[in-house]
Amino acid sequence: MSDSTRSDRNAGVSRRKVLECMTWAGTGVLWTISGGVPLSLGIIDGALAAPASKLTFLQISDSHIGFDKPANPNVIGTLEEAIAKVKSLPAKPSFMIHTGDITHLSKPAEFDNANRVISQAGLDVHYVPGEHDFLDEGMKLYHDHYGTNAKGAGWYSFDADGVHFIGLVNVVNLKAGGLGNLGEEQLKWLADDLKGKSAETPIVVFAHIPLWTVYEQWGWGTDDGARAIELLKRFGSVTVLNGHIHQVMQKVEGNVAFHTAMATAFPQPAPGSAPSPGPVKVPDDKLRSLLGITEVNFVRGQQRLAIIDKPLQG
Amino acid sequence: MRSRNSRVSTGVACLLAAVVFFFGAARAEDATAKIDNFTFAPARLTVKAGATVTWRNEDDIPHTVTSTTQLFKSKALDTEDSFSFTFTEPGTYQYFCSLHPRMTATVVVEPNNAAK
Repeated sequence: MSDSTRSDRNAGVSRRKVLECMTWAGTGVLWTISGGVPLSLGIIDGALAAPASKLTFLQISDSHIGFDKPANPNVIGTLEEAIAKVKSLPAKPSFMIHTGDITHLSKPAEFDNANRVISQAGLDVHYVPGEHDFLDEGMKLYHDHYGTNAKGAGWYSFDADGVHFIGLVNVVNLKAGGLGNLGEEQLKWLADDLKGKSAETPIVVFAHIPLWTVYEQWGWGTDDGARAIELLKRFGSVTVLNGHIHQVMQKVEGNVAFHTAMATAFPQPAPGSAPSPGPVKVPDDKLRSLLGITEVNFVRGQQRLAIIDKPLQG
Repeated sequence: MRSRNSRVSTGVACLLAAVVFFFGAARAEDATAKIDNFTFAPARLTVKAGATVTWRNEDDIPHTVTSTTQLFKSKALDTEDSFSFTFTEPGTYQYFCSLHPRMTATVVVEPNNAAK
């Protein structure tokens, strides 16, 4: 961690930090939930500034194990660096979520390699699939590894320290010309899952493709994402965590805070800044500033959940 | 004479066969399409019935070639992988990438009058 990062650790999510985030492709985001609202603390260095928290969890995303193109020929290496970063955190997080594209081509060895590295964090990991995790015949491997207790294509919910977590799948049955898709069955399940929950229950939703439309031309959004958000609107604190776009983007709409994480594999361009959303090759010494993890902290009595996007380097 | 005539007619028959074969093949000429930069190219490809279309992925990211009517669907094509499909019936066939559904394109298959 650098001194310069540490020096603005009390600034929360400063404008500079947000702008930095927008240029990162990913390591992980550290989240804290404060008073029911997830608050981004920035990338992991900033997490040290967080007050003692009740619940801390990590988000990693888009490890793309199996990718070997020039944008990052060593995605196992950068995932290992991300996990090393997780292990080096002064306070052990409660668990980790992975927001999909664990593998690049859904091959058995890719899942095995991802599991071998990620398990070294010594944390429970809650996964949702990305489109790259469903490429095998019958979409069996993801389910066998992570989805045995999930519903439908792999959605589920769980509770931790009074926070309700919901993992959604928006990467199957995609329609020609469309965006990500949740589908009727999952939306109905979501409505049932939320039924009877007090509006004071802090909610964290995580899914691979952004539930809000980041950039329609590149498919960075979910066709029926707004219907999910509608179901969540009555809650005082909703945090939506996504991956897929390999860079940090944040938006707050009423009580709903949206955040996308960096990848651990390779950066993708800012919306509209390139002919296509394909992998971006950056100079080798810059790559690790664009990959990262996210830490999230939840502290009762505070107004926001703290999200810290932490690059592997810089 | 007789043997010469026979040779000539054999030659003519061969020539005719070659001509028929040539034009038959030309009218159902196979075609290729390219996948690059999250785009199918050409976006609209016209072939004759009986033609085989081969798509090759030249992108750094896997894509699929998926018919909107489920007539054909490739596996995920990694970089430099190819997929072929033979269109036997005239019609307009729309397809997309099932991973990146904003990627859409069309194959138009025209009747092949030379073929039986």
